[in-house]
Amino acid sequence: MRLKLEKRRAPSLAMLVATPIASVILTMLIGIVVFDLLGINGFEAVVDIFLSPLLYSYKWQDVALKAAPLIIIALGLSMGNRAQVWNIGAEGQYVIGALCCAGVGIAFGQTGGFLVVVLMIAAGIVGGGLWAAVPAWLRTRFNVNEILSSLMLTYISFQVLGYLVGGPWKDPNGRNFPATAPLADSQTLPVWPESTVHLGVLVALILPFVFWVIMARSEFGYQVRVVGSSATAARHGGFDSKRTIWATMIIGGAMAGLAGGLEFAGVLHKMDLGFPSGYGFTAIIVAFLGRLNPFGCLIAGIVLAVTYVGGQMAQTSVHIPNSTAGIFQAMMLFFILASDILVRYRIRLIPSTKAAGV
Amino acid sequence: MASPSRLELTGITKRFPGVLANDNVGFSVKTGEIHALLGENGAGKSTLVKMIYGILQPDAGEIRWDGQRISVTNPKAARKLGIGMVFQHFSLFEAMTVLENIALGMDAKIPARDLESRILAVMGQYGLKLEPHRIVSTLSVGERQRIEIVRALLLTPKLLIMDEPTSVLTPQEVEQLFTVLRKLAQEGCSILYISHKLHEIKALCDTATILRGGKLVDTCDPAVETSRSMAEKMIGSSLKDISRVAGRAFGPSKLVVKALSLPADGPFGTALRDISFTVRAGEIFGVAGVAGNGQNALLLALSGEAPNQDPASVTVDGVAVGHLQARARRGHGIGSVPEERNGHAAVPIFTLADNAVLTARDRLGMVRAGLIDAKAARTYAGEVIEAFSVKATGPSALAESLSGGNLQKYIMGREILQKPQVLVVSQPTWGVDAGAAGSIHQALVDLAATGSAIVVISQDLDELLSLCDTMAVINGGRLSPPMVVAEAKIDEIGLLMGGIHGEASHAP
Repeated sequence: MRLKLEKRRAPSLAMLVATPIASVILTMLIGIVVFDLLGINGFEAVVDIFLSPLLYSYKWQDVALKAAPLIIIALGLSMGNRAQVWNIGAEGQYVIGALCCAGVGIAFGQTGGFLVVVLMIAAGIVGGGLWAAVPAWLRTRFNVNEILSSLMLTYISFQVLGYLVGGPWKDPNGRNFPATAPLADSQTLPVWPESTVHLGVLVALILPFVFWVIMARSEFGYQVRVVGSSATAARHGGFDSKRTIWATMIIGGAMAGLAGGLEFAGVLHKMDLGFPSGYGFTAIIVAFLGRLNPFGCLIAGIVLAVTYVGGQMAQTSVHIPNSTAGIFQAMMLFFILASDILVRYRIRLIPSTKAAGV
Repeated sequence: MASPSRLELTGITKRFPGVLANDNVGFSVKTGEIHALLGENGAGKSTLVKMIYGILQPDAGEIRWDGQRISVTNPKAARKLGIGMVFQHFSLFEAMTVLENIALGMDAKIPARDLESRILAVMGQYGLKLEPHRIVSTLSVGERQRIEIVRALLLTPKLLIMDEPTSVLTPQEVEQLFTVLRKLAQEGCSILYISHKLHEIKALCDTATILRGGKLVDTCDPAVETSRSMAEKMIGSSLKDISRVAGRAFGPSKLVVKALSLPADGPFGTALRDISFTVRAGEIFGVAGVAGNGQNALLLALSGEAPNQDPASVTVDGVAVGHLQARARRGHGIGSVPEERNGHAAVPIFTLADNAVLTARDRLGMVRAGLIDAKAARTYAGEVIEAFSVKATGPSALAESLSGGNLQKYIMGREILQKPQVLVVSQPTWGVDAGAAGSIHQALVDLAATGSAIVVISQDLDELLSLCDTMAVINGGRLSPPMVVAEAKIDEIGLLMGGIHGEASHAP
């Protein structure tokens, strides 16, 4: 008996949907085994990380708050990935977006209101987009790999953050901690009554529909898909690959910047050194787990948010470190990438043939 | 004859998901026989030889070698038996020498010096001219093929499989190849010769086995058959001639190319040098030439995928378009079909409807307010499938699920039904079976009759001679003066094709 990979005549839709689900389930099973081997109650840990946040309604708003930035960033990244543009620096664009948003807020002092908040969020979008324009320029002008340049820019963005919150923007009444002064109430995002759920969650629920229309129905989405499949065919069809790289890179950055602005104006209300939370990196997992599909990103964003919240819960219930959630997230990415091949290939068992020879 | 056949196939069956590629095929090849394997695209020729060469395994049936039943598990085992193969697409490293390329392809490690002397011996024996220390990228296609042949001959094969070997050669190179093959056969080597060029089979082969739809149709003597009778067996119906109005008058100049030059694209590309020609309304203009002489660059320069500094280098109906990109040129009525189907003319993982959007979206109004009218795309794809009898499950079939010939029909149809003012096509019938080639030719003739100007770039001289009104030869990026096809001499065209490589002057 031996295994053989055989190309399918058409990509399997069933596998496209089944492999992400299987990846999550496999991650849970492996998690149980590994934790049991470590002498920790694996079943309880996995239940806490993957199920408890869904079972207790008071955790739902935590899940929603964490899912919103993941979904928004992942939408932008998956559009880039469709065009074979690999933006790894969403975390940096997220930070710069939040800083631009904060900058506008600081510039307006105590003045707030609808227009100011809109301006702040718009500044976040523009800032994230511009930060992503740097790798786009390097790629189209000098053929610099955007994976490296966007990632390196992330570390630069952390330095920018450190400089601003520790220097010019430091809260004069903040006991010398490197942090900005909290936003005036009139500059924060509207919040659902009796909760912490802000307007950004609604944005994260609407955007997948917008992205779906763009990717599946619009000429621009078509252009992105053609450029991603074959640059030569794109040129034949009259599409400009460089312009597509620019556009998708900037849209990816703009979405990360939007998420950063919403997180700042909706949740944290001040910038400090703890602002980079890894959403920009986790969103890469969301994009792949969601199969680069806008609605897939919506669901995958919720799944990953659950593991964040569940990780915190498991900290108190089974006493495992919060970072365990990161291991589970990485395992999911591993399984989804490994099972990708099943979409286009099928595995066949070949009974061993008779001894070959002359 | 008492001695068993060199190769005997019985009941060979091979099934792929959704297709029966070979259905109970059987024939035999005698020692020293040149045996043709004939068939349309998708008839199962490639599958069959891949099983003989050990790349694929048959699902049923048996292969006998010198009377012994064998199972060829892989190409290495095939070579050990004495089966050599020369593929249609060469596997050579352009940046390495002939010698290095041959050494890389050998199963056994042989010291470079010994290998070189053996190569020289083989070349001397068969009159194959090749300089072992030349870099492959500097060689003509004919010379490259010789590397592959030498590679196969070094193993002193008892059976040599040649897959469409002449599709890239000049007439003179074809003659040289035939001399080598005849000599090999005289020495007892059997040759399995895959081709769809019937006059070559008549000139070279002792026996011809014809496949259609995976089934054996006939094994016949090509000396007795006519080209037409073999073609009809191949396509399973009677062949239609191209019908055209005799003595047509051409309209005014439609496509004018003036002093078009373009630098080479990369180290192995060909630069275009000072190309000028005019195509009138209703005229079909042919560009002959051996592969790699600038055909690809010419197509890109005309389609707008490689735009030019000088707007006046290309004009359509008097409008200068030389500086415009592909999309804008389509707006001025230039359609094009590049040689490579997958990943250039079409996106393999897209549906046929989505592929219709690629080039037809502007001319047929498939985009409204930035959104694609999916229904219009599906309708148009359906029309193309219908009009060009493309074998596909429908507009939502993936391009990659179609056979090469069917995808080519679809792509040609996608451009022709847009009724372009100027249509530039490269290798319009490459890998397309005789029946489909006929319908593509007819469609081009019909399009010309409506007043379009057509440029056909092809390596198939027969195709150009039967299709075109006027033709020129491209060599080293330069285009010869045009000649009227009715008055052209094939020897002269062959010499122009050989051009700077000096192939034609070599004695065979």
